[in-house]
Amino acid sequence: MTAPAPGEYTADEIMTVAAARALRDRVTCFVGIGLPSEAANLARATHSPDLVLIYESGPIGAKPGSLPLSIGDGILATTADTVVSVPEVFNYWLQPGRIEVGFLGAAQIDRFANINTTVIGADYAVPKVRLPGAGGAPEIAASCREVIVIVRQSLRTFVERVDFVTSVGFGDGPGSRKYLGLTGAGPQRIITNLGVLEPDRETCELLLTGVYPGVDVGQVRERTGWDLRVAAGLAEIEGPSAAELSALRALRATLPADGGKGAPAGGGAAPLGGAAPLGGAAP
Amino acid sequence: MAEIVSLAEAIADAVHDGDTVAMEGFTHLIPHAAGREVIRQRRRDLTLVRMTPDVIYDQLIGAGCARKLVFSWGGNPGVGTLHRFRDAIEHDWPVPLELEEHSHAGMANRYVAGASGLPFAVLRGYSGTGLVSEPTNTRDNIAEIVCPFTGDRLTAVAALRPDVTVIHAQRADRKGNVQLWGITGVQKEAVLAAARSVVTVEEIVDELDPRPGAIVLPAWAVGRVALAPGGAHPSYALDYTIRDNDFYVTWDAISRDREAFARWLDEHVYAEAAS
Repeated sequence: MTAPAPGEYTADEIMTVAAARALRDRVTCFVGIGLPSEAANLARATHSPDLVLIYESGPIGAKPGSLPLSIGDGILATTADTVVSVPEVFNYWLQPGRIEVGFLGAAQIDRFANINTTVIGADYAVPKVRLPGAGGAPEIAASCREVIVIVRQSLRTFVERVDFVTSVGFGDGPGSRKYLGLTGAGPQRIITNLGVLEPDRETCELLLTGVYPGVDVGQVRERTGWDLRVAAGLAEIEGPSAAELSALRALRATLPADGGKGAPAGGGAAPLGGAAPLGGAAP
Repeated sequence: MAEIVSLAEAIADAVHDGDTVAMEGFTHLIPHAAGREVIRQRRRDLTLVRMTPDVIYDQLIGAGCARKLVFSWGGNPGVGTLHRFRDAIEHDWPVPLELEEHSHAGMANRYVAGASGLPFAVLRGYSGTGLVSEPTNTRDNIAEIVCPFTGDRLTAVAALRPDVTVIHAQRADRKGNVQLWGITGVQKEAVLAAARSVVTVEEIVDELDPRPGAIVLPAWAVGRVALAPGGAHPSYALDYTIRDNDFYVTWDAISRDREAFARWLDEHVYAEAAS
């Protein structure tokens, strides 16, 4: 079987496949609704059937056979190994660093991978766009052993400095996380519709480390609000295989026709298609 | 000690103008019938507390019941914007709405402190975020503290002590013991943190047989219990009703327009007699 060509899959599909691959050999994942949930369930359906999915509403070890539409769908509870209270999810499971990977979305992300899901605009009191707010994201960013961010790349989302730090990536740069007492390693991979960015080990600045087939570096730099540096040995990321695509499409087919718009239902969720601005124009 | 009363009586007795009211239920078991009853009784100047002020608080805010909102994530899950919430923030319609926003972990711990009879709870959180550094109302209820044993920098969050907490559960027995299962969210903490409570239930039974993962709120720790079958709609009650995903989509159109929303209030809230 030949691999599908770039025209045969959508940007969301390659993002989701790339995110699912990032969960290979992982044990536990804190999941939000939207693309993170699709990616985590795609990982379960393909290479990682034993991946433990934890949803902030309380299900631990959820094994939904179809994609949930909300963060608290019944199928998450009825298929889980256990369902715990919301204080317990955050205090006993997330805070001590028991959860390996957390997925986050972003309305804005900056060169140090700080994330904004609160307001767009310089003045908090009079925002240009009111976003849903923090949800579970600040503590996921603080305490998951590492964080994967899924976000579409554009000048509106990839900004020099976020308007509001909802969740801390690397703060002002090296040493910030330690100073702030954040125990996890922070964002280790930013998966976009063009490729992948990773933090430089020394400067903590996001570098472009991989692009998808058919994407050139200039395109990525044009959609980045700072002078994006490119890692030596930039990788070309393999496009989705036919098997990955058919597994993903089978999962998506479990959603109702108007569902799966990707609107976030919690802090762990990725505000992508349904970015849910609460004021002003969409970001 | 729990009293079994009608929903109208429960709200009339327990929810007063100016109260701080928490209505909890994390996607599951959202007390929508009780929310509509608060609107129907035209309560005003409420401080509404809820981790995820979704459609239920969009309705209360649009109806002019709220003065302030304390929350951690405000959206229509799976759909997008809360238009009544947004209209209140942007245009002070129908009345201005003050905001205080937290993270989920912060809100959950604030309820835990309230339920525990402590003035604050401690967590690792908030440090480095705009919730600390920006001019948000959040800053009045969080503070950096240093662990007296290890020297770790931690965050204290002030207890939440609602005047009244309102929840929906699967069932109660005739004494008023309340049983809920599935995703139980932060409801136990929210009830125990509050001075008063109202619990609506799908059914009232002679005996509460065990259910996997169920929690029970003993009758002596509960205020008023009211029968409200289907009272979580458009949310759901596991093993009784299913989530009405279409309604969440429909709400987007209803709530986008002030007149459509006013018609919805007239037809589905004010015109309907309380159960």
